[in-house]
Amino acid sequence: MTKMEKPANFSRRSLLKAGGAFVVSIGMPIGAETLLSINTAFAQATATRPPLVPNQLSSYVAVNADGTVSAFFGKMDMGQGLYVSIGQMVAEELDVAFEKVTVFMADTRTSVNQGGASGSTGLQMGGRQMRAASAEARRVLIEMAAQKLNLPAEQLTVTDGVVHAKADASKRASYAELIGGRHFNVELEWNKQMGNALYAPGKAQPKNYKDYKIVGKPIKRVDVAPKAFCTEPFVTDIKLPGMVHARMVRPPVAGATIVSVDESSIKNIPGGRVVRDNNFLAVVADNEWDAVKALRQLKVQWSNSQPPFIDQATLYGHIRKAPVRHREEMKPVGNVDEAFKSAARVIEADYEWPFQSHACMGPACAVVEIASNGHVTCWSGSQKPHFLRDGIARTLGVKAETVDCIWVVGPGSYGRNDADDCGNDCAVIAKAVGRPVRLQYMRDEGTGWDPKGPASIHRARAAIDANGQVIAYDFLSKGFSRIDVNTNGSQPRDTLAGHFRGVELRSGNNFGLPSESYAFANKRMAWETIPPFLERASPLRSAHLRDPVGPQIHFASESFMDEVAAALAIDPIELRLRHVKDPRDIALLKAAAQKSGWQSRPSPRKDQTGSTVSGRGVAYATRNGTRVAIVAEVDVDRSTGKIWARKFTVAHDCGQIINPDGLVHTIEGNIIQALSRTLWEEVKFDPKSVTSVDWQTYPILDMTEIPETIDCVLLDYPDRPPTGAGEGAMRPVAAAVANAVFDATGVRIRQMPFTPDRIRASMS
Amino acid sequence: MAKFTLDVNGKPHAIDVDPDMPLLYALKNDVGLNNPQFGCGLAQCGACTVHLNGQPIRSCVTPVSAVGDSKVVTLSGLGTPEKPHPLQTAYVEEQVTQCGYCISGWIMTAAAFLRDNKKPSDAQIKQALQGIKCRCGTHVNILRAVKRAATMMG
Repeated sequence: MTKMEKPANFSRRSLLKAGGAFVVSIGMPIGAETLLSINTAFAQATATRPPLVPNQLSSYVAVNADGTVSAFFGKMDMGQGLYVSIGQMVAEELDVAFEKVTVFMADTRTSVNQGGASGSTGLQMGGRQMRAASAEARRVLIEMAAQKLNLPAEQLTVTDGVVHAKADASKRASYAELIGGRHFNVELEWNKQMGNALYAPGKAQPKNYKDYKIVGKPIKRVDVAPKAFCTEPFVTDIKLPGMVHARMVRPPVAGATIVSVDESSIKNIPGGRVVRDNNFLAVVADNEWDAVKALRQLKVQWSNSQPPFIDQATLYGHIRKAPVRHREEMKPVGNVDEAFKSAARVIEADYEWPFQSHACMGPACAVVEIASNGHVTCWSGSQKPHFLRDGIARTLGVKAETVDCIWVVGPGSYGRNDADDCGNDCAVIAKAVGRPVRLQYMRDEGTGWDPKGPASIHRARAAIDANGQVIAYDFLSKGFSRIDVNTNGSQPRDTLAGHFRGVELRSGNNFGLPSESYAFANKRMAWETIPPFLERASPLRSAHLRDPVGPQIHFASESFMDEVAAALAIDPIELRLRHVKDPRDIALLKAAAQKSGWQSRPSPRKDQTGSTVSGRGVAYATRNGTRVAIVAEVDVDRSTGKIWARKFTVAHDCGQIINPDGLVHTIEGNIIQALSRTLWEEVKFDPKSVTSVDWQTYPILDMTEIPETIDCVLLDYPDRPPTGAGEGAMRPVAAAVANAVFDATGVRIRQMPFTPDRIRASMS
Repeated sequence: MAKFTLDVNGKPHAIDVDPDMPLLYALKNDVGLNNPQFGCGLAQCGACTVHLNGQPIRSCVTPVSAVGDSKVVTLSGLGTPEKPHPLQTAYVEEQVTQCGYCISGWIMTAAAFLRDNKKPSDAQIKQALQGIKCRCGTHVNILRAVKRAATMMG
């Protein structure tokens, strides 16, 4: 079985070699005559299918002629097991074997816009819709069988894709017999939302969790073997007849504009040509290596523009002083200012987090073909291909229906990375050259020009009364917006193609608040955004990077909880348990403590001498319903400044667990990537541009630095809806490590990342 | 331009290319393989790793003219679904990949290492794989898979 399908040779029509639509109206009993007449009508309209719209059951699920099931999912699998988990949910509700279900993902030709990968909502919101649609499909199939078998629907049940009488299994009709090869034509009750929020249930109620046979079982992923044996293409492997290759030419000083381009400088390149539109500049050649050579050879005179950035050493001072463009505050609890006035003691601290890069494994790649009839097809690794479709349509000035975007697994995806820029760039080039174009960025663009996770500063304060009780808590983040460019490439103003062609960047305002359930009598949390350095194409434009602003906010807020505990000489878990109010959060912290063998005592340890010292730290956070508590155990070599995060214990609660096997792998990946961001990652820049352009100038965690152990405690709440796991475990890692370093050394480090240089300097 | 005959995964491939062109581009575009991948073009990440006479090399910085008669083996030449290399089996069993774009770096490097080093320790495996990049953070699974393959290879 495979849940993968080569995008190039797949079409919905070829899958459903049906002969059209079978009309079932909700609420209207289907009589034998209706059935007959519809079947007749259907036979006369072979190629018809219901439109691909959110309120149609056929947009989500279909039964093929052989009884297998196709599910059409408007999100995608970034390698965290959604092919399997969605397949499990669909199979469960339909009562078919898991192996019978194939999930097709993130292709505008086959699925509606369910938001793409976004905010770890694959199961939470995307799965919810697939579950509802599959339950409705089962209900409709039972109704059809009731007519066929002349039995009341209540007397029927389903076993492995066969509807049969509960009392007599010989009275049966298989899904294949009932509708195989034809489309459902059942209207759903759509909430009129697109993207993540799209929800369109039918009349059916999904199953009670107590009846689950497939959901909750560990099932292995189906997309690993095709990668291990190279049997499926990455987006970088898509090849079309007549395809040419392109590379983008970026200015050496951000914001510089083109004065002149010497096209003759690449005249020796076969098929070499320049594509220019305002400051959008690309080279094209017949083969890929020649496109790379053309990029290196092309002589461009750039404007002598003022370097737009600052000396990086002054970054946090810049953020502190920068005008506040926008402020948002949670509804305050109590009266924070009054409480601080009455405090016997005030604890306060500032924390700093740098710009970080997606730095995907490879720079983005896209292939765009514009057919002779004007139809545009883009193959992209974008995690939001439906939005990219809209962006390309706007970039090219055509209707969205004229464009299809097909997601093919790309070189990593952790948010709004360079893939959306690449698809739009490639479309501009394809239109200019009139041939299919493959564009792949170079490494320096992948790291240097991708949208960045925003840099920020955070100030936390706690008011303590004479009895040592925390009476007030005040937390403020100030930083670059998480949406200088939006989370998807649907608007030219959010893409490099737009910026270089003259559309102004229109930076939006968003940051975030700590997410936890600490109940203090007086509590205020707020965030403030500042303007970007440059209001056009900028290698420091900020956007969503995995768990957008979660790591920076909770590095600060959870380091600070530890500072409060240390100041009051209380065990850090004990302090948290005193204030955390949500019972699931309490259970979580206790689970982490128990599993890690936590010894209750205040930090820091003061019993170690010698160069290498050890410590443990805890941090906890919630994220859209998911809760994670992490205990980190670290060794710190005080002479070299090198930290080894030896062990992580992760207590994880994401509600109902769909696939524990996939969940553990997802958590492990989160921990490692978050540890990399904690120990190494910082985008370097100078006044002219970003200088982190490869793996030496943007180092990440190495194989020799990985933890010995990542222990996961999965708290399952099968009676609750599933929430996301794609990002939650990333959130508390930095603080857990920071707190462990403090425990080991007694030194509190409030600036990320924890590179050996910084640690060594902090120790002296 | 110059004519070369590359021995790739046991089959000859005649190509006519710029001698300075890195082998990676020949493998992807002239031979038409799905893997290796372009990660950096700077020999910093490993995504382009192939074997040249059994030794892992970075094809993104190896000119075609330097290949000569050497036998080039890529990930798809290392094993097939029908006859997998133990590392490929272990990768599937341990569910290693997320995006999977880095896969050639790890498997091709580990394959040469395990061929020459029986029963390695964890530290030896990590050392052998130093410098190879995985951005999704699958390192703990990679280590499990290499250990599993080491056991399979005795």
